[in-house]
Amino acid sequence: MLLKIIDLLSKFAIPFMVVGIIFFGMQRKVKVYESFVEGAKDGFTTAIRIIPSFVAMLVAIGVFRESGAMDLLVSLFSPILKIFNVPKEIIPMIIMRPLSGSGSQGILSELAKTFGPESLVARTAAVMMGSSETTFYILAIYFGSISIKKQRHALPACLFADLVGFVSAIYISRLFFGV
Amino acid sequence: MLNLIWAFLIIFGFLIGAINGNIEEVTAAAIENAKLAVELAFGLVGVMAMWLGIMKIAEDSGLIKIISKALKPVMVLLFPDVPPEHPAMGAMIMNISANILGLGNAATPFGLKAMEELQKLNRKKDTATDAMVTFLAINTSSVTLIPASTIAILSAAGAKNPTEIIGPTIIATTLSTTAAIIAAKTLQRLPRYKVERAKRGEIRCYLK
Repeated sequence: MLLKIIDLLSKFAIPFMVVGIIFFGMQRKVKVYESFVEGAKDGFTTAIRIIPSFVAMLVAIGVFRESGAMDLLVSLFSPILKIFNVPKEIIPMIIMRPLSGSGSQGILSELAKTFGPESLVARTAAVMMGSSETTFYILAIYFGSISIKKQRHALPACLFADLVGFVSAIYISRLFFGV
Repeated sequence: MLNLIWAFLIIFGFLIGAINGNIEEVTAAAIENAKLAVELAFGLVGVMAMWLGIMKIAEDSGLIKIISKALKPVMVLLFPDVPPEHPAMGAMIMNISANILGLGNAATPFGLKAMEELQKLNRKKDTATDAMVTFLAINTSSVTLIPASTIAILSAAGAKNPTEIIGPTIIATTLSTTAAIIAAKTLQRLPRYKVERAKRGEIRCYLK
């Protein structure tokens, strides 16, 4: 039932938004076509502006993952995180999540396959996935697009939020789904 | 800090690649990803243009102003340095709403637009403002109500009831967003992150 509602919602969210905005614009006597074209002009420059930081991040993460350095980092961190009672299987997720969206999606489907989609590990990973973002990417690309060099407290603030999100995910999932 | 992390990822990556004996694959991955980045960025041109076009209609019709006005108390609290009527507020609201609804591909154009508008208010063009950091902290802590892609992955793996992660996800994301706001607001006051206040003359120049 809930799945159906969500399915419907994600199917209709974009059409609803687009139709709603255009409809409202027409009611307010906006020349909607001209407005759209005027706004769309910026699309190209904005997309092009993110290329440098996009290349920088993707190359670095590609090298880090392909070489096996990511796996090494995971195994290095495992004992430390184990002290805090973090399940070993979830650690790749914690490290991958801020770095790469497709990477963390891969880890989630792997965990779901290995331990079953109904397992506590898979559910915890799913909650982590849903409650955080690819922090490094977003910072690099958003700041890169307007050529900000001094990011000040951005990274510590965002990583702290990620940490809180991960810890909450672990405890809340245990509360909801644990035995 | 990003400089260090970036250098670490690449140097350490190649080093481990050399030790593991798969240096050729690592090099190939680097080049492949550089190409991929440009492809992805170009793929974004159309999506970006479409959403910025839609946003322009919402702007011209006054819809964004109406929503901004309704959310003014919260937005002013979060971004005290941004004038309540400034277009940056509208763009940030659109970005956060798109994220809440799980519309990832609409969120990015709105977010980049918001950064552009925030940059117009910035006096030191190479340094992030408090508002930018607070905005990005909220953004990276994810404010999704319905984690659609995550549900899709669980569903694809054969979960019978993948939507049961929604409740825990909302709680976790609320906590992380709260932490993000508190962290951004607290850290911005620390001496090492503080921006030097411009002298009076500079402010006058800026106002002109």
